[in-house]
Amino acid sequence: MSGLLVLIPIALLLGIGALATFLWALRSGQYDDLKGAGERILSDDPRDHLK
Amino acid sequence: MTAPGLALENGASGAAGPSASDELLAYSVPAGEGTRAIEFVVPDVHCAACISTIETALDRLPQVKSARVNLSKRRVRVAFSPEIGSPLELEAAIRASGYRTHPLDPSANTARNTALGELVRAMAVAGFAAANIMLFSVSVWSGADAPTRDLFHWVSALIALPAIAYAGRPFFRSAFAALRVGRTNMDVPITIGITLATCLSLYETAISGAHAYFDASTMLLFFLLVGRTLDHLMRERARGALGNLERLAPRGATRIHADGTLAFIAIDKIVPGMKLLVRPGDRLPVDCMVAEGTGEVDASLVTGESLPVAVSSGTRIAAGTINGASSLEVEVARRAADSFLARMITMMSEAEGARTRYRRIADRVAAIYAPVLHTTAALTFLGWGLFTGDWHGALVNAVAVLIITCPCALALAVPMVQVVAAARLFRNGIMMRDGAGLERAARVDAVIFDKTGTLTEGAPRLERQNFGTPDLLGVAAAIAAHSTHPLAQALARSAGSVRPIRGDVREHAGAGVEVRDGAVLWRLGNAKFCDAPDEPADVAGSRVYLSRNGEVVAGFSFEDKLRADASEAADQLRRRGLDLEILSGDTPGVVARVAAHLSIASWRARQRPEDKLDRIAARTAAGDRVMMVGDGINDAPALRAASVSMAPSEAADIGRNAADFVFTSGKLASVPFLIDIARRAERLVVENLSLAVIYNAIALPLAIAGLVTPLIAALAMSGSSLLVVANAMRLNLGAPARRPAPGVRPALAETAA
Repeated sequence: MSGLLVLIPIALLLGIGALATFLWALRSGQYDDLKGAGERILSDDPRDHLK
Repeated sequence: MTAPGLALENGASGAAGPSASDELLAYSVPAGEGTRAIEFVVPDVHCAACISTIETALDRLPQVKSARVNLSKRRVRVAFSPEIGSPLELEAAIRASGYRTHPLDPSANTARNTALGELVRAMAVAGFAAANIMLFSVSVWSGADAPTRDLFHWVSALIALPAIAYAGRPFFRSAFAALRVGRTNMDVPITIGITLATCLSLYETAISGAHAYFDASTMLLFFLLVGRTLDHLMRERARGALGNLERLAPRGATRIHADGTLAFIAIDKIVPGMKLLVRPGDRLPVDCMVAEGTGEVDASLVTGESLPVAVSSGTRIAAGTINGASSLEVEVARRAADSFLARMITMMSEAEGARTRYRRIADRVAAIYAPVLHTTAALTFLGWGLFTGDWHGALVNAVAVLIITCPCALALAVPMVQVVAAARLFRNGIMMRDGAGLERAARVDAVIFDKTGTLTEGAPRLERQNFGTPDLLGVAAAIAAHSTHPLAQALARSAGSVRPIRGDVREHAGAGVEVRDGAVLWRLGNAKFCDAPDEPADVAGSRVYLSRNGEVVAGFSFEDKLRADASEAADQLRRRGLDLEILSGDTPGVVARVAAHLSIASWRARQRPEDKLDRIAARTAAGDRVMMVGDGINDAPALRAASVSMAPSEAADIGRNAADFVFTSGKLASVPFLIDIARRAERLVVENLSLAVIYNAIALPLAIAGLVTPLIAALAMSGSSLLVVANAMRLNLGAPARRPAPGVRPALAETAA
């Protein structure tokens, strides 16, 4: 029982962390161009990696 | 767009002056620190190499702060400083790197993004809550002892309450909006179910009861949000693709001031009496009268006439007409608000009959379903309460009824089918504006076509060479390559790649082209220009002659050709039991030929927009459900009046916007394909609704009997939702309702569609 009291908050915090990361990625435009992101890997242009 | 000079796809026209730059600036939006951002559509961008080519080309310009290609949307967004350089250079740089491009109209681009963003965030929150609560629920179901169970219920409540309050907003808002005007929709039972389930679970948790339904309510919310987000994504994709189509209506014109100077003037500032300069290829922004100059104009989108019309001083030209190869000076006859285009818009707003009366299937089902559901829940509550006297137990059972019948499957039944249908249509080059159009398309029993630009390609093609030796076609094409006249371009195209003939070239507006090549004087143009014998008046199509030193040596005739698959599409539609008709603004001779070729018995020529509208109203009144396929400005009211409508992507802006579907493939087979998909989608919707009813028929007695535990509720709900989604996916299988010949794979039949 006492183990649960530690583990549950940790599990929830991890979950909230994942949710926050997703919302951040969404807001910073990382889902705007999924196809482009896939193609840019192939580009040698260093600018693409800096942006 | 059609800034002067920019209208020419090659952008090579030297006519682009400061006014074009002004107009392009109007497409940009402020991006902070003195920079402005503008988006260009680049329809051909498709790979990593394209991305770096375009971005590098743009980054090289001094005024560019940043340039980023979006490959999914096929657009490039450029931030630039207008003080350092003109936005015209941006466009030129993209063209110079080998890509077609045109600026994106920002006004058409912002609206619905916010709704989609809210749905995605709500879906993420609901998914997070549902997954975490399910972890606790599994422990409870597997037999946690009472203190652990209570703790888990409290933690679940802690997650569920804020999550539901946040993620449920799209449904709550819609339900309240419906109730406020005294109607009901699918969101009303959803809202009531979720709210009651949450309140009851909270109460159960507080009195340390055995059952809490937090998992069911968050999971329900998650499923519904997934369905709704997919629906929005699909529409967003179609809308983005439609937004990428070039804006054809002009935003302004080039005004000629009294002192002869030229300046860009916005369309709403144009008043009668002003003088405007109309450059080759420009669209007339308002109704005008020619003041200076002669030439030919293309009125096919305005009147449906397929061939260029000669104009000279004093001729009236309607807004939307495209100027031919010569510059015209025109006097404004009417303001934009009184022009042809504006009259069409007024007619359109008056014509919205059939579609505003149409109620969507989901709403009609909800109107029957919600009262039945709520009555059943109320009766369960009263029944248990009166017979057992245990009002708490009665409430639990009543809420179980609400949860188990909460129209999860029902709410997904229609949108999922439409999402899959829209995706399939999209892959075949058909953009769907919304699901209601698809529902209406399934019930169509007559299809009315416009002719010019719809059944035909809308541009003249070389039909044949009437006389002269075959090698003269090459000569004619080499001369024609000097001109932008539609007939000349058709001639140049028909000979494949030609090298323009060298020599002293002179173009005579409205007559033809003259080339002096050493001792030989070639003339290519109309009969009078080449001293050819007059052509008989009843000839369908137009003719061009070639003369050498004043002697006619060759003649060519042109025709607005039918789209390649027009007669196949007509046959397919007839085989599906649809009645076909042609309404065209063109002359009877031309329309009759097209109708005969397609074996369409019923046709009308010289139809004004009002006539088309009346015809559709008459057929609708006679009980037909009419689909209109058209492209012109003159078709727009008819497109809006018809029960469902379709336009090719080359159509006028107003026609594209009036249509429920836009096809980009250029194939008329899109029409039967759409109808097949729509009919199959309707069958799947009916199947899905039946599945949901069957599910309820099984689950409801259990709920009324008080046998439903949270575990059963969760299983039943996800099971039924998955079943409905899987059934909707069947729309992706096989060729639509067509029996392919033995040995023909469905994939082949699909490409043929």
